[in-house]
Amino acid sequence: MTDYSIQELMIIASAREIKDGELVFVGMRLPITAYGVARLTHAPDAVGLFECGVARYAPATDMLYTMGDPPNQLNAAWTTGLIPVMSQLQRGRVDAGFIGGAEVDRYGNVNTSYIGDFNNPKIKLPGSGGAADIAAMSKRLLVIINHEQRRLVEKVDFVTSPGYLDGGDSRATAGLKGGPSAIITDLAILRPYGPDNEMHLASLHQGHSVEEVQEKTGWNLKVLPQMVETPPPSAEEMAALHEIDKEGFWR
Amino acid sequence: MKKKILPLKDAIARFVVANSSVVLGAVLEPDVPFAATHEIIRQGIKGLNVIAPISDASTDMLIGAGCCNEVTGAWVGNVSGGLGHNYRRAFEDPDAAAVKLHDHSNFSIAMALMAGAYGMPYAPIRSILGSDITKSNPDMMMAENPFSDDREPVILVPPLVPDVAVVVVQRADVFGNNHHWGSRGVVQEAALAAENVIVLANEIVEPGVIASDPSRVLVPGYLVSAVCHVPAAAHPSPQTGCWKRDNAFFGDYHAESRSVEGFDKWLQEWILGVEDHAAYCQKLGSQLEDLRITGSNLAAPTNYAAG
Repeated sequence: MTDYSIQELMIIASAREIKDGELVFVGMRLPITAYGVARLTHAPDAVGLFECGVARYAPATDMLYTMGDPPNQLNAAWTTGLIPVMSQLQRGRVDAGFIGGAEVDRYGNVNTSYIGDFNNPKIKLPGSGGAADIAAMSKRLLVIINHEQRRLVEKVDFVTSPGYLDGGDSRATAGLKGGPSAIITDLAILRPYGPDNEMHLASLHQGHSVEEVQEKTGWNLKVLPQMVETPPPSAEEMAALHEIDKEGFWR
Repeated sequence: MKKKILPLKDAIARFVVANSSVVLGAVLEPDVPFAATHEIIRQGIKGLNVIAPISDASTDMLIGAGCCNEVTGAWVGNVSGGLGHNYRRAFEDPDAAAVKLHDHSNFSIAMALMAGAYGMPYAPIRSILGSDITKSNPDMMMAENPFSDDREPVILVPPLVPDVAVVVVQRADVFGNNHHWGSRGVVQEAALAAENVIVLANEIVEPGVIASDPSRVLVPGYLVSAVCHVPAAAHPSPQTGCWKRDNAFFGDYHAESRSVEGFDKWLQEWILGVEDHAAYCQKLGSQLEDLRITGSNLAAPTNYAAG
């Protein structure tokens, strides 16, 4: 078996969340690399969408710092305005979207706005960008975050990007379909389970224990009865990743 | 047709007045009109409501320089560094001048500008249902879709009609007609909504060049108030076909703006102590030259023949 870094495992776990033919908001850095791996392995016809007004059939070949960089414009499927691309969310066409955040809670709500009271915040974070739209309107939300107690919290201070809100049917009552389908961390993958839609430990990365993950989670994390070990990257997945990450940025 | 070409300094002095609302970047990360941001700071124009969905570090600079006390946007920070230090201080530090935030998502601010552009009384949206943005931004209103059977919740976003929109394009003629290519975020809506449009062009070309490809026009000259010849107007942000992104510059700004003293020193070095944008480019020297796009990936010619 090939050696892999934890970030490479997170990329490959993220790639597995993308199905063939899907429309996916792929963001930057880790998720855009995951999109590249998915395309080269099991999802050759997945389309990558970018809030600035770009759609692509394949990730850019040169390094990107922002989604609007020249390599992301070159050979795009479409360069247009924000509204034609982001409206596909509201139109119900977007299958999945990746976002990150400062905090995520037991119902998969994500905060990128304020730590503390929004009227008098302890920390002012940059804000939503397109994350609130992606969380509200994609069929499946995928959250990428480092597994720390201060990041996986009982309840976020501010719901920038809605998950299952207060659990149960509160998301549906708010007028929303879809919802978080996975929180992918450096230790594990959490998924919603049961009528309450609470995030449960669903898949554990090799070398980590249930106790360690529970310890680093800010709520009483329950374990799915059918919890599995995250399958390590296959040779094919690693080959695809190395083809995209030629410089070894994620190694 | 009237020539609208003006030096940047004059265009800013004439159209960006104190206490007005100004769109400074609406393409998201590329084409941020940093040259205009810098000129506003040099002229000490105060009390602005800066409208920008995501304008990388531009809004942070304007806050730090004391030019802006309202922000209408979806994201304020520094893409290379993450958080914007001046922005954070405005909210967290009791000694810093406060900034009022009209909080949005990318889509809600886009629809607000679209409503402004198209004369709509408001824009109804589903996006951001469930988000606390509707609580922190009292400008928006929760409502029910009158056409639905099941009292479907919707959010009503009021229109944004900015006093000025500053836009960066690859080329323009002296009458303000212009071409923009690559993704454009919400800049076309911003320009159509604004009372005045200032165009910063990387290149000034013969009117026939623009007229040869009217489908590539971002906004026609008859809607433009001033056009300025400003090569690398977006530096350090990128511009399709012209300039790469200056990541190191953003990184340095992030490191140096960590303290108020550090920001003031940066401001003096890069903006206040520099005469104008041409001097700024000269100061960048080979750092800027290395960002110039020299490759060639031309689009296929497009035939508009009428017969």
